[in-house]
Amino acid sequence: MSDVFETASPLAVAGSSSMRRRPQLTVIIGAVLVIALAIIALAAPLIAPFDPNAIDIMQRLEGSSAMHWLGTDHLGRDMLSRLIYGARVSLGAVAVIIVLILALGITIGGIAGFIGGRVDQWIMRGCDAFLTFPTFVLAMFMVGVLGTGMANVVIAIALSHWAWYARLIRGLVLSMRERDYVAAARVAGASRLTIFREHLLPGVLAQLMILATLDIGHMILHLAGLSFLGLGVAPPTAEWGVMINDAREFIWTQPGLMVWPGMMIFVTVMAFNLLGDALRDRLDPTQAEQGH
Amino acid sequence: MLRFIVGRLLLIPPLMLIVSVVVFLLLRLGRGDPALDYLRLSQIPPTDSAVAEAHALLGLDRPVPEQYLHWLWQSLHLDFGTSFVTGRPVLDEILHYLPATLQLGGVALLLTLFIGVPLGIWSAHHRDRIPDYLVRTLSFIGVSVPNFWLGFLLVLCFSVWLNWLPPLGRGGVAHMVMPALAISAMTTAINARLLRASMLEVAGQRHVLYARLRGVSEVQITRRHVLRNALLPIVTATGMYVGELIGGTFVIESIFGWPGVGRFAVIAIYERDFPVLQCFTLVMTLIFVLCNLLVDILYAWLDPRIRYAHVERDVETTASREGAA
Repeated sequence: MSDVFETASPLAVAGSSSMRRRPQLTVIIGAVLVIALAIIALAAPLIAPFDPNAIDIMQRLEGSSAMHWLGTDHLGRDMLSRLIYGARVSLGAVAVIIVLILALGITIGGIAGFIGGRVDQWIMRGCDAFLTFPTFVLAMFMVGVLGTGMANVVIAIALSHWAWYARLIRGLVLSMRERDYVAAARVAGASRLTIFREHLLPGVLAQLMILATLDIGHMILHLAGLSFLGLGVAPPTAEWGVMINDAREFIWTQPGLMVWPGMMIFVTVMAFNLLGDALRDRLDPTQAEQGH
Repeated sequence: MLRFIVGRLLLIPPLMLIVSVVVFLLLRLGRGDPALDYLRLSQIPPTDSAVAEAHALLGLDRPVPEQYLHWLWQSLHLDFGTSFVTGRPVLDEILHYLPATLQLGGVALLLTLFIGVPLGIWSAHHRDRIPDYLVRTLSFIGVSVPNFWLGFLLVLCFSVWLNWLPPLGRGGVAHMVMPALAISAMTTAINARLLRASMLEVAGQRHVLYARLRGVSEVQITRRHVLRNALLPIVTATGMYVGELIGGTFVIESIFGWPGVGRFAVIAIYERDFPVLQCFTLVMTLIFVLCNLLVDILYAWLDPRIRYAHVERDVETTASREGAA
């Protein structure tokens, strides 16, 4: 048997490779990048060499120099400082989105799975309606409903993603509700809320964190996309998507203005994807290497 | 098969009904007075009498359920109202811009399939060797890169530096290359990864081993025993690609000056032109739902397990009904 496996084409041994753990290196790179970005975001005022919004029209569109490492934009604002503050905006927004989604998803999905019956049916019908929309179209529609601006874009993205989480949580809660330890807690007289909080939620959270980490990349891309379309952050706030939009007139003369903010988005999304893939492979080997 | 298709088709009206309720309610509950937006965009000063008149005109003075039913009735007759900005029927406007968007999205979908699938096969074939690492790295970059930034990088490379392709507008094939590539980067990457994983999974199954033991050639094994089964998940995923591509198209249109629905919708969002917003959301969702219907039918047609499972279920239910009778 083993001969057949060894001599045949690379396709022969299959299975084993797709199940194999990804090298540790990617996890480390992902984690280091995420931590570094978080530090940059938190310590932005300490790290940034200039005020990101300080306009100096005499020094506009300068190339890199000892003073402005990455040059200045069309209003003479320091590029590096704006990139650093941009991390604050993106990661801050994503943190708020995640909190909103988890709150909505856990509450709604938890109620559906835990109570069941007609309540469950109605809630899931509502979830299905939200899942029918293409995500980005729903986000655009929500911005239309709420109005443009950063806070509204954050809410819009949360409202266009939550239904996936609610459905996942409902499924997990349903599958765990009948387990012996939950029955034991019920017999012991624990209240419904206690059972949900103490016995069901911890089991759900690991799965949730994987889904969230894999989804953060998507969220950052949606956030930047909406900002790029001019629906998100209002100027002069330094946000990467807006910075790319600002730079579009200067693509012929100063392409660097556009390259750097895009690079930041790319690296951030990549860092979360690396981490998310690694977490999924680690905690859920059956899903390893499937596309998201 | 016909029963399967009809069954799926019957699911769409109730789904779109729920979607329309969501769209309608969110717009009515979520924002300020549409009458004020109407007056602002018509450049009428918002005096009390003008506001009252606008309320009556837009039907906002009636109870919400009645408004919904009225709107639903009108929509079913393809009357989505007139745009606050242009004053023209909304559906006409959207249908005017839609072909350009569908063309771009369609080409992006073709690229997703015709670039992603060969890359996936190539990668699976050379597992853990250079081509595999190359494809895996590329697809990792593909899922992480912002599409609009990629669009600009392409412009920078092929228009600014090399001067090969036109940076703006809609025209021949040359105009389509860069926007379609930028839109499809993410889905192509997902597609290649998915097919690679799927092929490796199928290749590990028994029937492939037995085919190999029977002395079937490697080319035949790949083509007839591995690829045919491995492509099934790709069919399912295509429904998801469509959603992703629709969103990508709207962003990319603004970069390449592509005269599609996306730019029209962005203006509507900015101006709070709510008839346009309503119609745009419903039309795009309907397109998405119909694409997914096609994918489901294609899947059932390709995978006898689904097709026969359905028929068997029908047979069982008829049998039990007859038994009961």
